[in-house]
Amino acid sequence: MSEHVLPKKLYFMVFLALVVLTAITTGVAFIDLGPFNTVVALVIAVIKGSLVVLFFMHLKYQTGMTRVVILAALLWLAVLIGITMSDVFTRHWTEKGKAWQQSSIISPDSVTRSTVFWLPDRA
Amino acid sequence: MADAAHASAAPVAHQFDDFEQQTIADTFGMWLFLATEVLFFGGLFCGYSLYRNLYFEAFTAGSHLLKINYGAFYTVLLICSSLTMALGVRAAQLRRRTALMVLVSLTWIMGFAFVFVKLRYEWYGDYLEGLVPGLNWAPSRESMEMINHFHAAGPHVALFFIFYFCMTGLHALHMVVGLGLLTTLLIFAKQGKVTGGNYNWVELVGLYWHFVDIVWIFLFPLLYLIGGRYV
Repeated sequence: MSEHVLPKKLYFMVFLALVVLTAITTGVAFIDLGPFNTVVALVIAVIKGSLVVLFFMHLKYQTGMTRVVILAALLWLAVLIGITMSDVFTRHWTEKGKAWQQSSIISPDSVTRSTVFWLPDRA
Repeated sequence: MADAAHASAAPVAHQFDDFEQQTIADTFGMWLFLATEVLFFGGLFCGYSLYRNLYFEAFTAGSHLLKINYGAFYTVLLICSSLTMALGVRAAQLRRRTALMVLVSLTWIMGFAFVFVKLRYEWYGDYLEGLVPGLNWAPSRESMEMINHFHAAGPHVALFFIFYFCMTGLHALHMVVGLGLLTTLLIFAKQGKVTGGNYNWVELVGLYWHFVDIVWIFLFPLLYLIGGRYV
């Protein structure tokens, strides 16, 4: 709870880690890693976000109820993004010609290997 | 415990048994609000991810048209302001009024610098360069070279900039709200209502401020970095 007064040193260590991670993520952007540029940038962002939540926002010292709220937020965010992506990027897996596919704002034709690097090409 | 003596003197709303219960309920309510904020921003993040995958070249080109120095500057600025805010919460826990006011003021100044630089320099610069869809969309020859380098379609680059302005705009709006909260906190702190009363207000404002910082921690790589900056 908020009665936990954390040592100043901890806050400065977290701050230092955040600045170093910012420098790393900015530097890595100038190196060509292909698709892994995205992966590295997002992993570093998740680490930075976790540091802020755990120490600056005192999640480590909160009740279990707070953790449930955070997990719920992340779960619904995953549902929001996951379901949307799995819809749009699997449309080309089925045969064309069904009306509901053709009337879509995003034509299955626009989702090809050239735009989505991890999708298998349809022969 | 000295803290307990202070806590008993603190104002407790009539629906709560004691100060500790009120503190737990207040903090929990703030976390609930932040959970809804995650999904509020989540819609934009979802749309961004979708169209970035559909128009990958255009989003990479758009990312290259942003000035990375601004993005890195904002990130460091917000991390510094989060540090002063966290130390401010600590000062409130220890009932140090002067330290609290200095730290909250520092946080306010850095937050204001963020909004000021973003509007006055970055967005206004984008406007002059013709990178604002709807208001002034006329990319310079240099920008067009970059767009052509990635074989991107102009309208798709404009879509990237719409996402850019909506996402950073919503974030900047949250910063302005945060500045208002910090101002209120500063007034209450000056009146002694925080260190002599409900010090948990600082924690609540701090939670909001750190959340806005986290949103930027994700916006920075997504908008400025994720296409890679090598050409």
